[in-house]
This record gives sequence, C-alpha cells and structure tokens, in this order.
Amino acid sequence: MCISAMEPEHHHHDHLAWRWPTSSLLRTLSIVVLCAFALLLRILLSLHSYSGAGVAPKYGDYEAQRHWMEITVHTPVKQWYTNTTENDLRYWGLDYPPLTAYQSWVHGRIIHFLDSAAVALKCSRGYEDAKSKFLMRWTVLSSDIIVFFPAAIVFVASYYKRRRFEERAWALGMILVQPALMIIDHGHFQFNCISLGLAAGSAVAVVSKHELVASVLYSLSLNHKQMSAYYAPAFFSHLLGRCIQRRSPVFGVMKLGIVVLSTFTVCWWPFLSSRQSALQVLSRLAPFERGLFEDYVANFWCGTSILIKWKQLFSIPVLARMALSTTVIAALPSMLQQIWAPSARGFLLAMLNGSFAFFFFAFQVHEKSVLLPLLPATLLALDEPEVLHYLVPYAMISMFPLLRRDGLILPYFALLALFFLLPKCPARSDNNSAKIAADRPFKFLSASILKKCSIAGAVILHLLYLFVQPPVRYPFLFEAFLTSYSFAHFLVLVIYTNCKQWLVPADDQWVASSKKIN
Amino acid sequence: MGVEGGFEDLLWLASIATCVKLLLVPAYHSTDFEVHRHWLAITHSLPLQHWYSDESSEWTLDYPPFFAFFERFLAVFASWVDPRIVDLIEGQNYKAGNVVLFQRATVMVADIILYWGLWEISRGLTIARRRVLFSAVIFAPGLIIVDHIHFQYNGFLFGILLLSLAAIRDGNDLLGGIYFAILVCFKHLFAVAGPIYFVYILRHYCRGSHAIARFCAMAGSVVGVVSLAFGPFAYHGQIPQILKRLFPFGRGLCHAYWAPNAWALYNAGDKLAAVVLRRVFGVLVEKPQAGLTGGLVGDFTPYSVFSQITPLMSATLVLGSMMPCLLQAWRRPSPKSFIRWVTYIFTCGFMFGWHVHEKASLHMVIPFSVVAVERVEDARTFMFLSIVSTYSLFPLLFEAKEYPIKVILLLLYASVMWISFSELFNPEEVAKKDETTSEDKTFVIGLLERFYLGGLVVVEIYGLCVHPFWFGSSLPFLPLMLTSVYCAVGMVYFWLGQLRVIVSA
Repeated sequence: MCISAMEPEHHHHDHLAWRWPTSSLLRTLSIVVLCAFALLLRILLSLHSYSGAGVAPKYGDYEAQRHWMEITVHTPVKQWYTNTTENDLRYWGLDYPPLTAYQSWVHGRIIHFLDSAAVALKCSRGYEDAKSKFLMRWTVLSSDIIVFFPAAIVFVASYYKRRRFEERAWALGMILVQPALMIIDHGHFQFNCISLGLAAGSAVAVVSKHELVASVLYSLSLNHKQMSAYYAPAFFSHLLGRCIQRRSPVFGVMKLGIVVLSTFTVCWWPFLSSRQSALQVLSRLAPFERGLFEDYVANFWCGTSILIKWKQLFSIPVLARMALSTTVIAALPSMLQQIWAPSARGFLLAMLNGSFAFFFFAFQVHEKSVLLPLLPATLLALDEPEVLHYLVPYAMISMFPLLRRDGLILPYFALLALFFLLPKCPARSDNNSAKIAADRPFKFLSASILKKCSIAGAVILHLLYLFVQPPVRYPFLFEAFLTSYSFAHFLVLVIYTNCKQWLVPADDQWVASSKKIN
Repeated sequence: MGVEGGFEDLLWLASIATCVKLLLVPAYHSTDFEVHRHWLAITHSLPLQHWYSDESSEWTLDYPPFFAFFERFLAVFASWVDPRIVDLIEGQNYKAGNVVLFQRATVMVADIILYWGLWEISRGLTIARRRVLFSAVIFAPGLIIVDHIHFQYNGFLFGILLLSLAAIRDGNDLLGGIYFAILVCFKHLFAVAGPIYFVYILRHYCRGSHAIARFCAMAGSVVGVVSLAFGPFAYHGQIPQILKRLFPFGRGLCHAYWAPNAWALYNAGDKLAAVVLRRVFGVLVEKPQAGLTGGLVGDFTPYSVFSQITPLMSATLVLGSMMPCLLQAWRRPSPKSFIRWVTYIFTCGFMFGWHVHEKASLHMVIPFSVVAVERVEDARTFMFLSIVSTYSLFPLLFEAKEYPIKVILLLLYASVMWISFSELFNPEEVAKKDETTSEDKTFVIGLLERFYLGGLVVVEIYGLCVHPFWFGSSLPFLPLMLTSVYCAVGMVYFWLGQLRVIVSA
C-alpha cells in the first residue's frame, strides 16, 4: 500500500529507485501512511478467528480476557484475585498482575456501557455476539494505537536519530508489521501490545538516558504481564553498570530502587492492605502446578524432551530449581557484559539474550513468550537486519501449532509473506543490501546451501503438519518436530547474538556525559 | 528485470495486494457471493441449453455467455475442492470456510488478467509513471471493496478493457476491437462504450485504400467472437431466453441506493420541490404511491412534481451527452485521446443510464487512472474522481466491522496517491525537463475541489453521529440519500470538466 513510501531512497538521479518524498510535509504524511497501513493489517487480522472461538465450555484466551472484564466490572477490587461465589478462579481466574486487572476494568466499563450483556456477571460466559466481538477486538486495537505505536515511533526517533530519514522509516515499518506480535494480539487475542509497548518505551528511556522514566515504565510493563521479567537481566545489569560508572553508585542504585518500589506500591495499592491479600495475588501469578512448559514450546526443555523426558524424570520442585539455575547461567554472560561496559546497542542485545535465556530455560514458558525476545530483535531492525529476518520466520513456525488450533493459518501465511515482501522492493537502496552483505558472521547462512536447506526443512515440516496424519502412537509428533526445529535455529542465533553483544564497546561518550552530569 | 523495467515492481505490488486480499477473506460478502456460487452449480450440473432457463434459485444467470463459460471453468476446480459447492440444490447458501476461501481465491487469481492489462497499457511510460499507474489501479479502494469484500469479478474484466485500450493506443485497432467484443460477451454493461468504439474504429481503422476490406475484417472478427459466445445457445434456440435475462425490463430508473448520477439530483430535486410546494405555497401535492414510505428508497421512483422519466428519455440523454465526444472522434480519430474518450463515454452512461449501479463508477476510475499519470491536470481530476467514487461505494459495506476498513482504505489510498503524484509532478523534476517552472505544473488540488472533498467528511459525520442523534432510527434513508446526492454533485463536476477538455481539444 505504501507506494513510493515503502523503501529507502536511492540516489537522486536514479529514476529506477522507489523514493521517499523530499518535502517535510510529505515525509510526515508517509509516516502516517506507514502507521495506517500497519493499523489496516491489524484490523484485517481482527476479522479472523481467535483463541477458543466457539469451543465450549472452556473457550480460550479471548474468553479469558472477556471474563476478566466481567469480573473486574462487577466485583470489588479486593475480590479480583480471590475465590468467591462470584469469582470462580477455576474458570479463567485472573493470573496476571494488577495492571492487567485495571486495564480489564477500563475496557470492561466501556463494553458494559456499549453492550452490557457482553460482560454480564456469570451469564455472559462464552458470549460471542458479533457486536461484542467487534468491541473486544477494538479494545486490543485501541491499546495498540495508544501504547505500542507511540512507543515504536519514539524509539525509532530516539535510537536511530542519526540515521537518514529513509532508514528510520524503514525501521519503523519493520517494527510495526512484525507478524508474530500482530497475529498473537489481533488474531489469537492478547494484550501484549501494552506490556511490550511499555517495555519498548522503557528501552527508549534507557537509550536516551532517562533512567528514572525507564524504571517507571519497566515496572509498569512488569505489572501488566509478569513475562516482562524476561527483560529484568538486561535492565538490571545495564542500569547497575551505569551507576557503577558514576561517582556515587550507591546513591544511583537507591534512587532507582525507590522509583521501582513506589511504582509497584501504587500498582499494588488495593492489595497491600494485608500480607495475606498480597500473597494471594502473588500466588496467582506463579502457577507452578502447571508444569515445566505449556503445550509445544521451542525452548530447551521441550525441544530436548524428545531425547530426555524431563517431566517424567524429575519432580516439580527439582525442575523448578534446575530451571532457575540454568536460566541464571544462560543470562549471566550478557549481564556481565552490560555491567562491565553498558551501551545502548549492548543493552538491546542484552534484552534479546536475557529474554532468550528465560525463554529457553525458565519454568512454565508458553509458545507465545517468544514475542519477548522478538521485541528487541525487532527494535534492532537497522542494526541487525539479518537477526530480525532470521528470527521472525522461526518464531512464527514455533507458534504454528497454536495458530493452527486458533484457525489462523491463512493470516499466518499472508503476514509472513508480507513481512518478507515489503523489504523486497525492486531497485531498493544499495546501501541496505550492502549492509546486510557486510554482516559477516551470518554470511554463511545467507543464500548459502545451509539457508536453502533450512527453508526446505521448514516447508517440508509445514506440509507434513498440515496434510499428513501423524502415527497413532505419537499424535503430536509433527508439533514436536516443528518446535525442535525452531529451537535448533534459535540456539544458533543466541550463540551468535551473545558473541555479538560482547563485541559491542561501552558508550564512551555516554560515560563521559553521565560523569559530567553527576 | 526486462528491457523496459517495471515488471518486478508490478509483481511486488501485486503480491502485496494479494496478501491484503487474503487477509480480507473472512470479511463481509454480499449476496453476490451466493449468486456466483449458484452460477458455478448451474453451469456444472446442467446441460448448456438449460443454463439460462434454470430457476432453482432466485439468483438466475444473467451475464453473457463468456462469463457463464468462465463459471463453468471455475466449477471444475470447485467440484474438486468440495462437490457440494456445485450442487444445484444442496449447495444453496452453502458458505463453509473452504467455499469462501475458494471463491475469494478465484477472484484473486483472475486478477492476473488485470495485471496483464496493466502491463500492456503502461508500455512506453517512464518507470516512475508506470509505478504510480500500477499502484493506482492495484490498490484502487473501489475495486478492493467491490471485488474482494462485496464479492464480484470486476478485476479481470477491467484487465480485458485495459488490454483493448492498450491495443488501440498502439494502433492495433483490430485486436482492440476483438478484446472489446470479448469483454462485452463477459459483461454486457461494458457495451456502453460501444458507440465510441464503433465511431473510432470506423474512422481510424476502416479508412484508406483497404477501407472495405478492413471493415469486413473487423466485422468478421466481432461476429466471430459473438458467435463463439452465443453460437452454442443459438443452436439450442436459447437466444430469446438469454436476451430476456440480460435485459430485464421492469426495473426502475434508479437502484435501491441511488447511484450518484444526474437522476439522484433529479430525484432529490423532486422531493425538495414537493416539500417547498406543500409547505411554502400550500399546494396540495399528491404523494407518490411507493417511494420513501417503506423506509428504504424504493426500486421505482415515482415523481410528485417533476415529470416521469421513460427509458427512451434516458437513452436519448445518454446518446445526446455522448455526442460531442463522438463528433470529436469522428473528426479527428486520434489514438492518443481514445482512453479519455472511453472514460467520458462511460461517464455519460453512468450519468443518465437506466437503473445504474453505484459500482459502475469504477468504469470511469480505472481507465482514467491511465490518463492521470500523463498530465498533472488529469492527476488532480483523478484524485477528485477516485475519492468521490470510492466514497459513493461506502454504503455497500454497512456492517460495523468493515467500517474502519473502508475508511482506512480510502484515506491510505488518497494519501499514497497524493504523495506519488506530488513526487511525479515535482516542480524540480519538471523544471529539469521543461526548463520552465510554473505553479500549474505542480500537483495541487484546487480550492473548490478541496472544499468539496471536505464536505464529504461533513456528510460522513452527519450519517455517523448527527443523524442517529437527531432522528434515532427513523428516516434511515436520509444519510444514504445525502451521500448519493452529494457524490452526484462531484460526479457532475467531473463529467462537465471532461466535456470541456474534450470539446476544447
């Protein structure tokens, strides 16, 4: 849809190139076009099916979100996380932190005003009326517009401020049309756009040196979805590293600690009346009884479970300890690097590496959690274009079984194709292709035999999964293949990005300027 | 990349468009979806002689034979996908996921003809113009709304039209004539352009020393095409039955939703006159029998003050308004102006035609986009026309979930076209070539047009918020009437503008 607007500028005399406009008015307009196109894709996606559509009695994530709106609108705050006659926790009990609950309340109030039957207490279970579906879809769409879009725009404007307009516009496009986030939020039905938008916002604050703002935003993100803890190693080590470089590190750490604590206090205020009520909320957030991993996840535990039956061999407490220690060990190199030499680019890579450490080894990981490492990879669209184009398809593949259950096969292929088509603009800038070619460590994968084999393997696995009946003894054989295949690819990437992070020097200029401030 | 360049661009844009169309699969579709499904069943299950007489559903076959053959061809694949699709009785109102996907996919695949037509018509243009033309047609929101949401097969028909126009532009009149004959045998609505084809070919092709031979060649080819289409049915004596289906008499002057043409203004004028006479002058005006009373604008539109319109009057006006253009083509049949003339002729048909659908405004928009990339004045007019035309199609999609889609499609398209035309007619670039820079050469929409387009926003806001607030659910036809009347003003403006350009040439 973005005609002259999709691709970086060529040299002025070359009429073969697609160019961005030169006047500032038209440039602003083309950014609006870009955002509108990304929004259009999300709206089109929202026409499709969602998690648990019409599957009584438990439905899926759509019903969970709707149910939370119902509960938060009709019951007092104190009872949101406790089992009462009105709030049966066995039926999609609230298991996200308070900010999700408040967001459900706001959306619930709006839907209650416009279509009260959709969130009526108890009798609205499985309510899937066309009007309520439209309203529910728009709660996510509007959250995306309000939180994620501005975060993406500010990020590009801030982190890539030294790049040319053409490159920045391209980066923004890549961030906004990244298919995995779109399909989970607007297809499957979740509100990752809020927690990831807040995380992206705090990343902007970090790279633009507004550490207190960063702490507030990150705490908010963590209070929307506990999965944002995947970024904790990166934030912790980077901010610590920067405090250490200052004259009074203890004071700096305390300042950040106070900001984090006060943000948490505000978010948790209604539940802090007693120790017991706070612990009740906390227990809802850490469901250890749900096992090491959910369904088929492309992480270490699930990916290697073909070889080692972790779930049968070890008890849950042992597994939890194993998961904790392996996660810490996996995150340690990237943390040390950021404490040692904090830098903006290193921080984003640490977000990627740290969240992958969690995704691989943490306890109770969902396939959708791959969105967390995907966010920093997407934000690095200009710095590490190869990483993004390598990661996105395998992230999508790792979620394919889930998306197939949701009835989202068609948008799965359409969005993936679109993501690869958009940068394939004919006669595009030489600079960009040169940059990709210069990305040496991945040279062996680009267009080589290995890459072709990898693509062929992915195609074969898709065909197997879609059209071949699995053997009766192993009904989930192809799911396991898909996830193990993605895991193998992730593993290669993580080794590469960890090495890459260690090659990033500290921001000297940054150190100098922050010393000046103190 | 080929010698000419631009093929990759076409492929790229078409692929992106296809992805967007794939995402549109579960969107609302009108009863036209069932119409086409039923035609698959008719052509698959019945012998040829019964195609046009079958009445097993209310959606009888009423397109010319080539379209029926096209449906017969698609039915082969449909029966592979799911035999129930082509079942005459069991298949009725069958709309399982795979049927929708199959039928939507056939529209997308048929669009390849549109891309082919675009490729041919854009030969000889600079690469920059080519790209703008490709984008202008492939992403035309009207075409997306009608074909890929509402459900019709216009894309490939416009492809054939573009092929015909390209052949004539390149001086290959015989081929152009054959393509046009094929097109009319697919969808007879395109026959509106018949007069200009006839005059042009007669004056441009059938002249010189071989005039008679050429005339015979052309007539022979056209008769050949037509007999290929109608021959099998003539053999079974089905021709009267086909004609009855193709030209159903008894339909009213205006469609349920008034197309934004001269008749919309005429209807509105009549209603206004009746109210004025009653309220101001106290004249007892007889209320028409049917009409607005049912809540919907009726199929028949009886007038209370103005005189009734007969089909003959409508036909006379159509031909009369075509006359200046036909005379021009008779005097100086130049291939350069042909595409503009065809647009104008379609405009006349749209303005004064009998029972015109709002979708017919695409007949003007698509050919005119070819004209638009050549001259900045036409680019301005095109912007205006495409926005008005798309807006007039908005009532086709009335469900809430498609509302944001149609709005964003239009706004995106308008912005992208604005950016593209501004870059194409960039004063710096123009100065480099012409050595003269004038304000006229840059892409700026005139004040009057801007004012009018701003009015569209007012009309939309009225229909969206003000009307429900004032009237609640009563007078539901008023926003629709306002839309068609307001768009009709824009269409008349376009028509008069083109008339001026053609006459002053």
